[in-house]
Amino acid sequence: MNSRKNKDCRKQKKNTPLQDKPFGRREFLKGAVKAAALGSAAMVSGCGTGLLGSSEEDSLRWKEYFKKHYRLMTQEEKDETVRRLERLARLRRGVDIQMSSKGPIERILFGYAFNLTRCEGFMECVAACVKENNLDRKSNTQYIRIFEMEHGEMSPASGNSKYFHEVPVEDHFYMGVQCFHCEKAPCVKACPTQATYREPDGIVVVDYDWCIGCRYCIAACPYYGRRFNWNEPYVPVNEITKKQHYLGNRMRTKGQMEKCTFCVQRTREGRLPACVEACPTGARVFGNLLDPKSEIRYVLKNKKVFRFKEELGTDAKYWYFID
Amino acid sequence: MIKKPPGKGLMAFFADIIRWNLSGGIVYQLYLCVLAAFMVLGVYAYFIQINLGLSATNMSDIVSWGFYISNFTFLVGVAAAAVMIILPAYIFKDKDLHKVVIIGEVVAIGALVMCLMFVFVDLGSPLKAWHMMPIIGIFNWPSSLLTWDVIVLNGYLALNLMVPAYIVYCHYNHRKPDERKYRPLIFISIFWAFAIHLVTAFLYEGLPARPFWNNPLMGPRFLASAFAAGPALIIMVLVIINFTTTFKIEAQVFNKLRRIIVVSAIINLIMLFSEIFKEFYLPTHHSLPAVFLYFGLDGHNSLVPWIWTAISMNLLGTLTLAVNPGRNNPKVLFPACILLFLGVWIEKGIGLIVPGLVPSPLGEVVDYAPSWVEVSVTLGILALGVFVVTMLIRPALIIEERFGVEQGT
Repeated sequence: MNSRKNKDCRKQKKNTPLQDKPFGRREFLKGAVKAAALGSAAMVSGCGTGLLGSSEEDSLRWKEYFKKHYRLMTQEEKDETVRRLERLARLRRGVDIQMSSKGPIERILFGYAFNLTRCEGFMECVAACVKENNLDRKSNTQYIRIFEMEHGEMSPASGNSKYFHEVPVEDHFYMGVQCFHCEKAPCVKACPTQATYREPDGIVVVDYDWCIGCRYCIAACPYYGRRFNWNEPYVPVNEITKKQHYLGNRMRTKGQMEKCTFCVQRTREGRLPACVEACPTGARVFGNLLDPKSEIRYVLKNKKVFRFKEELGTDAKYWYFID
Repeated sequence: MIKKPPGKGLMAFFADIIRWNLSGGIVYQLYLCVLAAFMVLGVYAYFIQINLGLSATNMSDIVSWGFYISNFTFLVGVAAAAVMIILPAYIFKDKDLHKVVIIGEVVAIGALVMCLMFVFVDLGSPLKAWHMMPIIGIFNWPSSLLTWDVIVLNGYLALNLMVPAYIVYCHYNHRKPDERKYRPLIFISIFWAFAIHLVTAFLYEGLPARPFWNNPLMGPRFLASAFAAGPALIIMVLVIINFTTTFKIEAQVFNKLRRIIVVSAIINLIMLFSEIFKEFYLPTHHSLPAVFLYFGLDGHNSLVPWIWTAISMNLLGTLTLAVNPGRNNPKVLFPACILLFLGVWIEKGIGLIVPGLVPSPLGEVVDYAPSWVEVSVTLGILALGVFVVTMLIRPALIIEERFGVEQGT
């Protein structure tokens, strides 16, 4: 439904590229107050062109700068920012993306389980994740880490995550680590602006544009689940995944925090996360924890499962199990 | 009886401050030029950082906080330490310390300005800092300790600006300040000083993800080390003032500050010993950051020389100040205070922040040393801090001295 609505918007857009309301006095005043609060910092940091609003791109960026936290937006405001971001992607990168702002579905709580017996360390999941989530190719950002571990050890600290040899290796097993989407997430508690928060379907997300880049959440995360954009992320235009979500795989910029979102752009449409789909051995299980007939519930009920660093009491929605 | 000259207004007050600050000998002008040069360097480096992003620093997803936050953490302590003069001066009515209390307060202001700058330059998206402001943004209080830190730091800065500004302004206008007006603020600022350092410690202490920080001794140790390093810096400032201005500081003041430092430094060393014992008597996985810090881990030992230098400086400085061979002679006090100050700077700065982050939660060990951009920005901010202190102390001392003469006659 939602994606179709967005498409319609885009069609309108083509006819009248500047059909957005002209900059109203009220909005201007609102903006001016905030600009005053910012003081000279805006000038210093060289967004001078953005302040003038001379071209369409500058005007869009100006409006983007003053938008609210995603959670506080009405659906109408969400649609507007999504439209602006789609247009900006067209103007700046020359790509037509489709961005969704689809909300959580009722009675869904996402959960994930990782089969330590089956994983053979091919890292197809890592590649699929990088592609699907438009991760920075320049700094080689990866949400998923696979640790090659010897039998007799159960901590990634004793494993090796930088292996470049044929897998699987005799007498070794493989453990995948990513964001565990904790119910009591330390990162959410730490964030000074609530830019990172937990959605009702259990996904811990980052409102990229609200993040100030203080990195307190990285310090708070016991699982190394977060990645920071130290530089301006780069993805070759022909490799950009065009089906995007505001809270998911849309393009980030430098100075923003990001992390695994359980592929919110896919899972809220009823599809599986890219890593689960890509896994050649079926080691990855994903589903709705509230659905008694789901595969994840089957795993939790019938397998011996455990959680990583359970003692920290984060109530992660990510389990490991052994066949 | 000499007739008092009439009071002048706020405009004249500021005009005089600017005039006094700009006038000075060639050495003073050179000193200002050097500070300005460092500040320009800092601004230049910061522009590079703005353009490249924080990749201009040597920080990474593993060492996600580096030199900036290290300096921030240490300087919070320096700011908090002003209370060690404010408390005896205003509450116990210590006449000697009362004469220099303004210097303590100004040092605190300088330190706080630097703290806020260090946090600001560490932000990935500084232009979005308004997202954190109450009302126009979202202030995640009381959940996030970072918001607590914003409150206590800005509040302490406001308190330390208001009280001395009021007193100095009254003195400028040749009248005695009304103690009833500022006494409540003094009481608040005393509690506040403890709060700024405890809250900053809790920022780290509250993270179970980081065993090196998740340690209840963190807060008390922060206070002890701060009450050693802060007054050490104040002694250094006093020695400089003693040599370069007509404002003379009595030996009694040095002796009292020295005692405060010795007691704090010894408590700090006891707690350090307690920490080291806990980490190394029966080492666990949670002791790995300490191993990394003191001995190096998996061949990564960039912090090892630093921390041993820091501990040696700490011991030597404390010992010198305790034995006091120079009988409060500034020529002995000064180097001893430098030793102690630098020792705590290393230990409460980079020696505290980096091992909290290494090994990573998944056990990876990396080395960290600040990039030239980080060093330059840091130098710029330190120069700014020294500049602020200079600009505030000079007029304050002129006014205080003048008022003292008036009172004396």
